[in-house]
Amino acid sequence: MLSLNRVSKFYKVGTFGGKEMAAVRDVSFDVKEGEVVSLIGESGSGKTTIGKMVLKLIEISRGSIVCDGTDVAAIHGAEVKAYYRHVQGVFQDPFSSYNPIFKADRVFGMIRSEFFPGVPNSEWDAKVDAALRSVSLDPGQVLNKYPHQLSGGQLQRLLVARALLLELKILVADEIISMLDASTRIDVLNLLAELKGRGMGILFITHDLSLGNYISEKTVILRRGAVVEMGATDKVFGNPTHPYTKVLISSVPQLHKKWAEVEAEIQARGGDDAGTCLYHRFYRPTELSGDSTEDRPAMIKVEDDHYVGCFELGQGICKV
Amino acid sequence: MTGLANTEPKLESPVGAPAAVATVAASRKGRGEFLYFALRSKKFLFAMGILLVLIAIAVLGPMIDGTDPVATDLLPMQPPSTDPGYWLGTTSFGEDVFAQFANGLRATFFVGLLGGGLAALIGMAVGFTAGYRGGWTDEILNMLTNVVLVIPSLAVLIVISSYLKARGVLFEAVFIGATSWPWAARAIRAQTFSLRSRDFIDLAKLSGRKGWRIIVEEIAPNMSSYLFMTFILLFGGAILIAASLDFIGLGPTGGMSLGLMMFNAVTYGAALLLGYWWWFIPPGLGIMATVGALYVMNVGLDEIFNPKLRDI
Ligand SMILES: Nc1ncnc2c1ncn2[C@@H]1O[C@H](COP(=O)(O)OP(=O)(O)OP(=O)(O)O)[C@@H](O)[C@H]1O
Ligand SMILES: [Mg+2]
Repeated sequence: MLSLNRVSKFYKVGTFGGKEMAAVRDVSFDVKEGEVVSLIGESGSGKTTIGKMVLKLIEISRGSIVCDGTDVAAIHGAEVKAYYRHVQGVFQDPFSSYNPIFKADRVFGMIRSEFFPGVPNSEWDAKVDAALRSVSLDPGQVLNKYPHQLSGGQLQRLLVARALLLELKILVADEIISMLDASTRIDVLNLLAELKGRGMGILFITHDLSLGNYISEKTVILRRGAVVEMGATDKVFGNPTHPYTKVLISSVPQLHKKWAEVEAEIQARGGDDAGTCLYHRFYRPTELSGDSTEDRPAMIKVEDDHYVGCFELGQGICKV
Repeated sequence: MTGLANTEPKLESPVGAPAAVATVAASRKGRGEFLYFALRSKKFLFAMGILLVLIAIAVLGPMIDGTDPVATDLLPMQPPSTDPGYWLGTTSFGEDVFAQFANGLRATFFVGLLGGGLAALIGMAVGFTAGYRGGWTDEILNMLTNVVLVIPSLAVLIVISSYLKARGVLFEAVFIGATSWPWAARAIRAQTFSLRSRDFIDLAKLSGRKGWRIIVEEIAPNMSSYLFMTFILLFGGAILIAASLDFIGLGPTGGMSLGLMMFNAVTYGAALLLGYWWWFIPPGLGIMATVGALYVMNVGLDEIFNPKLRDI
């Protein structure tokens, strides 16, 4: 349904915007109906950037995103609005998702005036009520309040409820769980499972491996903007192939472990995996073979529904 | 017009920093809160009082005392007295100085309101568009802003004046409005730029809102106090520019203004030399009081909008 095809995003950085920084490089994956795909990576790995490209909030530098046959980069005006009827997002920071000078339920009002202008009050109220209940919010408690009068978790769930008012096919959920306490976490996870059951595709962005493992059919591990490993969740978690994924997954039980330590451990282990880059055993390094990176896929197949990228991406050339 | 350079508002920081949070908080609490602090701000009340008196003179003066400000049928060079027609004395041509003052004040407020208002509108249109759109639109509008900023507007005005036989107050106001907006556009652009990357803007986009509605409904309300203060400063700036134009003889060819009074007093009346103080002091004071009150009001508003500056 949603398909990313070799998507990259470059930001201009430096004093005169002379340098380009690759926030996302050569990322390809699909989100199908009734499927949760978790996009896992540390802070700054480009998760939000990918989500925003899917939502057409920032431009795609290279590659394409296609949803139900629509090329996201090619639509304009009314087509974008039609796209948003089916594709919605919930952002990472609930506090900045609300205009602080207006009441929080104004986010529902906007949906109503843009997508359901003719709907009578009673019908609309029932719709809002149902949406709120499905995210376990008590309408009386959250309606008619200013954002600063609500908690981060309530605001976050209001945003999910807002998205549910539309005829969603794809939901981009950017770290929507991290703001919630344990009990509402379960509620929202159950809700996502239910939405999945109804055929919705969910791009579940998180930095929490165990959460990804729990909820998703498919896992995409992102590092420095590139996918290092992806595939069916049980395969990625059961048979991690990329050294980065290996360290990540071996450190899941140690919850105290920080991403930075994972990175350090990989550097320390570097020697073990050197020379064993699966990717480059398959494809000779470009500077030796002479072909360009454009011509080759970014990943190779390990087994059915399980792919891995170059082991040393972002650390110079893979020495094979 | 050099007077413009230092009219830039000294607001604490762009939106996103504490001052802006204060802005947001102030507008959230609504009019009641605003009024509460407005009534407690001595600066604001003082400035408002002066402005109200001046406005009363400008509006009511010509209505009560219908003397033609350029009629020369009074005794010339009379100092102020309580006799009707001689409240502020007369000019060396036998014109009523009070009538000139009241009518001139009218023109001053007219120029301030129209010139300042026009500049605020253009500044907002350019600033919002450039800041929200970014990219090429921003670059082009930025270029336009810089061009208007460096155009020697005085030279342009002299050229236009040599072609136009009659220039009204309206022409003057529009000219000032059309040339004094650049700094406002820049300030608003910078604020818009910092606001547009907030998630609630993205959420409005995801709700299918059009760009101009996002500007009007999401961005502008978040900087309403800033916009208001910008207008106040443009208002004061327009009055000052108009006064200087009038004083160097580039003002309206008909009618009366405070700057024109001073021009006449100095040029035809040699009032400074001969000590006809009642001819040039009232218009000078009028301009000073109006602009001064506007600036004090701006400082007062800053205190009202920004709780960090309130002395409670
Ligand atoms: N507008 C921008 N201009 C320049 N660089 C940017 C911009 N937005 C993001 N980046 C950079 O792109 C990279 C990816 O950012 P992104 O927000 O996608 O990370 P993330 O994976 O969502 O991190 P987090 O878990 O902290 O939310 C970061 O290095 C960030 O600094
Ligand atoms: Mg993020």
